[in-house]
Amino acid sequence: MPKKDSSAKNNPKLDRRKFLAAAAVAGASSAVKPAMAATEAQPQDQPRPPSVLPPNARVAAAENGVPDIPPYSTEGRPGSDFMVDVIKTLNIKYLPANPASSYRAIHESLIDYGKNTMPEFLTCTHEEAGVGIAHGYYKIANKPLMTLCHGTVGLMHATMNIYNAYCDRVPVIVVNGNDLDAAHRPPGVPTVHSAQDINAIVREFTKWDDTPVSAQHFAESFVRAYQIATTPPCAPVAISLDDGLATEPIRDYGQKLSIPKYVPTAAPAGELGAVREAARLLVNAERPVIVADRAVNTERGISLLVQLAELLQAPVVRQNGRLNFPTTHYLGRPESVIGQADVIIGLELADYWNTVNKFTDNNAQGVGSVSSRIKPGTKLISISTLQLMTKSNYQEFQRFQSVDVPIAGDVEATLPALIEAVKLALPDSRKDAIAKRGQAIREAHMKGRDETKQLAAIAWDATPISTARLCMEIYAQIKDMDWSLVPSSGNVSNWPLRLWAMDKHYHYSGDSGGYGVGWGAPASVGGALANRDEGRFSVSIQSDGDMMYSPGALWTAARHKIPLLAVMHNNRGYHQEVMHVQRLANFRNRVVNTGSDLGPIGTSIMNPDIEYHKLAESVGWWAKGPIKDPAELGPAIKEAVAVVKSGQPALVNVWTQPR
Amino acid sequence: MGFVRVNFTLAAFAAGLVLGQVPALAASAENGKVAFVKNGCWQCHDFNGQGSVSTSAGRVIANTQLPFDAFKAYVRDPGGAMPPFHVEILPDSDLADIYAYLESLPKPRAAKDIPLLNQ
Repeated sequence: MPKKDSSAKNNPKLDRRKFLAAAAVAGASSAVKPAMAATEAQPQDQPRPPSVLPPNARVAAAENGVPDIPPYSTEGRPGSDFMVDVIKTLNIKYLPANPASSYRAIHESLIDYGKNTMPEFLTCTHEEAGVGIAHGYYKIANKPLMTLCHGTVGLMHATMNIYNAYCDRVPVIVVNGNDLDAAHRPPGVPTVHSAQDINAIVREFTKWDDTPVSAQHFAESFVRAYQIATTPPCAPVAISLDDGLATEPIRDYGQKLSIPKYVPTAAPAGELGAVREAARLLVNAERPVIVADRAVNTERGISLLVQLAELLQAPVVRQNGRLNFPTTHYLGRPESVIGQADVIIGLELADYWNTVNKFTDNNAQGVGSVSSRIKPGTKLISISTLQLMTKSNYQEFQRFQSVDVPIAGDVEATLPALIEAVKLALPDSRKDAIAKRGQAIREAHMKGRDETKQLAAIAWDATPISTARLCMEIYAQIKDMDWSLVPSSGNVSNWPLRLWAMDKHYHYSGDSGGYGVGWGAPASVGGALANRDEGRFSVSIQSDGDMMYSPGALWTAARHKIPLLAVMHNNRGYHQEVMHVQRLANFRNRVVNTGSDLGPIGTSIMNPDIEYHKLAESVGWWAKGPIKDPAELGPAIKEAVAVVKSGQPALVNVWTQPR
Repeated sequence: MGFVRVNFTLAAFAAGLVLGQVPALAASAENGKVAFVKNGCWQCHDFNGQGSVSTSAGRVIANTQLPFDAFKAYVRDPGGAMPPFHVEILPDSDLADIYAYLESLPKPRAAKDIPLLNQ
């Protein structure tokens, strides 16, 4: 809601809805060229920021071209036009959102005044899908998107995927339509959909939020929001968009409007003394182990982690929040090596406690047992931004783990200093032992790979189709292209990470973060959107349960011509819950009631079976299925790949084994 | 779903002779396949006992090398993450059938002979 300004005070008849004429006169003195001012203001001699960071407005403009926004005055201009100018300076490419009356003003400005470019509006069928698409897009492109939500109800729809993005440390700019002025907003539905403090709904799982009450305030808040969201630890931010502010002509406060220049903030690097201590521990360790979770998501970051691992000849355990480390590298090892370690360095671990402890859910009274995964005396090091953004209510920060050398900082920003410190600390006398350690790991890696393949061979020809067969049939059809396994939801026993050759961040970019179901389908569309712009082939392994939370995301892909191959991991159940209810029945010594289903009542998705191929066809996808015979799977995927290459999304519905 | 149909009676009989275990003598792989599903074993071990890194710590129970008595003792009191299946909910006869089913499953091909595992 706009503040009462001095002109309004002097003239009580000038309320919000009657401001047009006065603003038209006053606005003449406030002519600005906001978007141009923002780019012209870039100093020529500013040091180039580290390449890890997203491009600033200047670089982005050079790469992609900022739309030519003609100079304009505030005279009679709606606030939402100015807001669009603000948004355009940030090089936000897409805006996936469900349309809504509470933000109709900026919607109209975006598509008419803003010509529906930078950002381009993508029609979504649910706010949760809009956020999920933005989340998946960021994981591949490393650039944030914005979304718009419809008042209280729209933001409530969006919350679960905002929480996922928060847990996954992914930035999304969430703008919430709202109408603050109770005296002037329409009665009935618009009032029901308004809130005194709409951002309160998501405050506990966003990094920052604001409620701008003037055009200038919006400009500063929006650029600030973008900066905060994209500075590690990254996270969603929320901006309340007041309908009055967006709809009415811009008010004149006697100051020229300006758009603050966005300059990316250098990511926080670990303190050098602590980094040196970490290096000292690592080079003197007999069995150092590197554990990486949400550590790095760029080619440079992966390369730095490889450098560190090779310097130390230390095994790397991938916890899969990101790819982090090539699957083909011999130093990639399973988590069992943690038990042999004398020094462990955890890199942006979502759950350090659970990395070094083991919780077993095996007690009928609901209390699991805990055991240590590590030897007594094992030294622990952490590089993480976790301590830089912790809230109270939601428990995603997990149990507290005491660490010997905790370093607050971004992993990718800290790795160069750590690598240098390791080089300096590495005595010549250790080099032979380290090389010998590497040789032993290489041999273990080769043996482990052969064992993994043999495990994949079990039930190779079974029906329903094994998840190993599913994954390798997919890989056979995509491996010779520039491909990306986009963020999705299928739980297929990690076969892609175990058997596919992955060395680029977009080959695999991790899970939802918060494990909220209903993320996979929209996130996969978002990932495919980012890949489309790079000419890259996208494939998802889509679980059945997740699909039914937001199947509308499929329509968005068809509507906006986003090519994606979705292969259903259709095990016909909410399988985690299938196992949980069985577990409780066993603890209570009862035969579980399955009714007419395979799993305990309430956990199966069958009777009737969902025909996902028909669902996909109904929203404009090419589709085939259900595939039950493993011999039919390869040809079906091959056919679908050809369709996707032509620019269409395609789905293959496959009946699979549970995991 | 269509499982691989195996008449296990003879094989179970042979195994029972070798192991000297009475329950295995009467076991039926075909009944075991039904019991394996009915009792929810498939949930963590998949329908063919291949298991998963995410639900059975990667343990494979198809063609298990455990003798029946050890197998039975483990199922009754696993101690680890697996929930116990006491005799009240899984009779000995069903357990013997399940064991027979697992022993009847075809041995996997060598990975080197599967082209898709050598890409």
